Amino acid sequence: MAALLEVKGLKAFYGQTQSLYDVGFEIPDGGITTLLGANGAGKTTTLRAICNMVRTDGTIRFAGKDIAGQATEEIVRLRIAHVPEGRGTFTTLTVDENLRIAAYTRRDKAAVHADLERVFGYFPRLKERIQQQAGTLSGGEQQMLAIARALMLKPRLMLLDEPSFGLAPLIVQEIFRILRRINEDDKVSILLVEQNAALALDLATHAYVLETGRVVMSGPSSVVKNDENVRKSYLGY
Amino acid sequence: MEQFLQQIASGLANGAIYACVALALVMIYVSTDHINFAQGEMAMFSTYISWQLMTWGVSFWFAFVLAVVFSFVLGVVIERAILRPLHNAPVLSIVVVFIGLLAICNSVAGAIWSYLIKEFPSPFPKSSFGIAGVIGPHQLGVVIVTLVVLGLLFAFFRYTPLGLAMRAAAQNPQMARLVGVRVDWMLALGWGLAAAVGAVAGIMVAHIVYLDPNMMGGILLYAFASALVGGIGNPGGAVVGGFIVGVLENMVAYAGNQIEKATGIYIIGNGEKLTVALIIVITVLTVKPAGLFGRVVVKRV
Repeated sequence: MAALLEVKGLKAFYGQTQSLYDVGFEIPDGGITTLLGANGAGKTTTLRAICNMVRTDGTIRFAGKDIAGQATEEIVRLRIAHVPEGRGTFTTLTVDENLRIAAYTRRDKAAVHADLERVFGYFPRLKERIQQQAGTLSGGEQQMLAIARALMLKPRLMLLDEPSFGLAPLIVQEIFRILRRINEDDKVSILLVEQNAALALDLATHAYVLETGRVVMSGPSSVVKNDENVRKSYLGY
Repeated sequence: MEQFLQQIASGLANGAIYACVALALVMIYVSTDHINFAQGEMAMFSTYISWQLMTWGVSFWFAFVLAVVFSFVLGVVIERAILRPLHNAPVLSIVVVFIGLLAICNSVAGAIWSYLIKEFPSPFPKSSFGIAGVIGPHQLGVVIVTLVVLGLLFAFFRYTPLGLAMRAAAQNPQMARLVGVRVDWMLALGWGLAAAVGAVAGIMVAHIVYLDPNMMGGILLYAFASALVGGIGNPGGAVVGGFIVGVLENMVAYAGNQIEKATGIYIIGNGEKLTVALIIVITVLTVKPAGLFGRVVVKRV
């Protein structure tokens, strides 16, 4: 399978502080890849670096094109949807407006309507709350809205940062089920950053382990899952 | 009684002007957290442009439209050329830039057109409409024009994709970038729209206060009071605040006149109107800093 996203020699800086040193990985087209690592390992920074939201250096190729250094909004227009941690929604806009703004860059207005229906198929609860301000939704609903909004972009690649953060286990299971459907039915490739390593390794086909800004291990999820260090550090048994 | 109604009507007409300038201030405030002190002077400059066009024989409404378009472009250019490079500058630097803009607009207008006070025509003929003894044609016209402009703006922000994108960019710039909105251009567009609304106010009020480079000074103060009354981050509140301040200042002066008539003691009158605006500013800031319609965001976590 050809790589949809290819990252090589990626460095990232917050002011004077360097937080990524030489990160490299590949995301296969149509697959689900997960980035594991402890707090501060650079997972979120890697996602932010792909969208040029931090100062970066290195090669980032998306669908064969070099996108490093392009403005965030231009990268997004190549159909890379980023769901930031802490539920990225517009809290003062309604659910409906949150979904419509995501389709703002699309020209295929007829397909947008069909996508809206499909998104409501995944998240029927959002349809019930369509005129509600996003800030008044529950945590789980806001996370659903954030994913729904990313889908309205009709992405080829979805970057998900901690979708399970602060949510009840049942809600998390529901969200992960939907992510699998999004990957299989809508052919969206996914790069998942997740604290819950067990959950992430179940969903993903490939895994990379980050430690203090470097990739220390990578491979198919089944292999990574059975690695002794990974088990001790991230799976806790 | 008739005098009372007259005062309310003229209060509404003034309030319409304050509402426009207050809305211009709030539009820039919500997306950048800055108060553009030069808003009034930019409007004054645009008013001179329309006056110049009229002296060259352009009809009032055509000059009106051209001047508003000119202000829009001027607003966009100022944002792109002057404020864009200062995006990460400290607040104080930006305040200094605003004050510099104010001084530049004022002195350039003075240099081109002199500081002599000029008469400014009204597009509403004497006998056209209005209610005899209560509201004159120009005052009624001002209220109608500003309501139409405010309605158009509301519809733009509420119902068009571009308006939605501008609201999204103002609410959460980083998230807006992540849905592909070109946030920098949205800011510039916001400046353009604010300048255009200010120009409408300037051209409408010039017939009442006469045209001179300092015509907007007091009005900016009133607009600031209006924006605070409505809640500085709330566009709808700014508009309502404008009308409240407009009527309130007239009512205070009217009450003062009535007291003087009845008792012969002078407490407050037309001369102290601007003081009323300042008292409103201070009162709101101390008693209810969020304003009457200050945004109360309901958040469930």
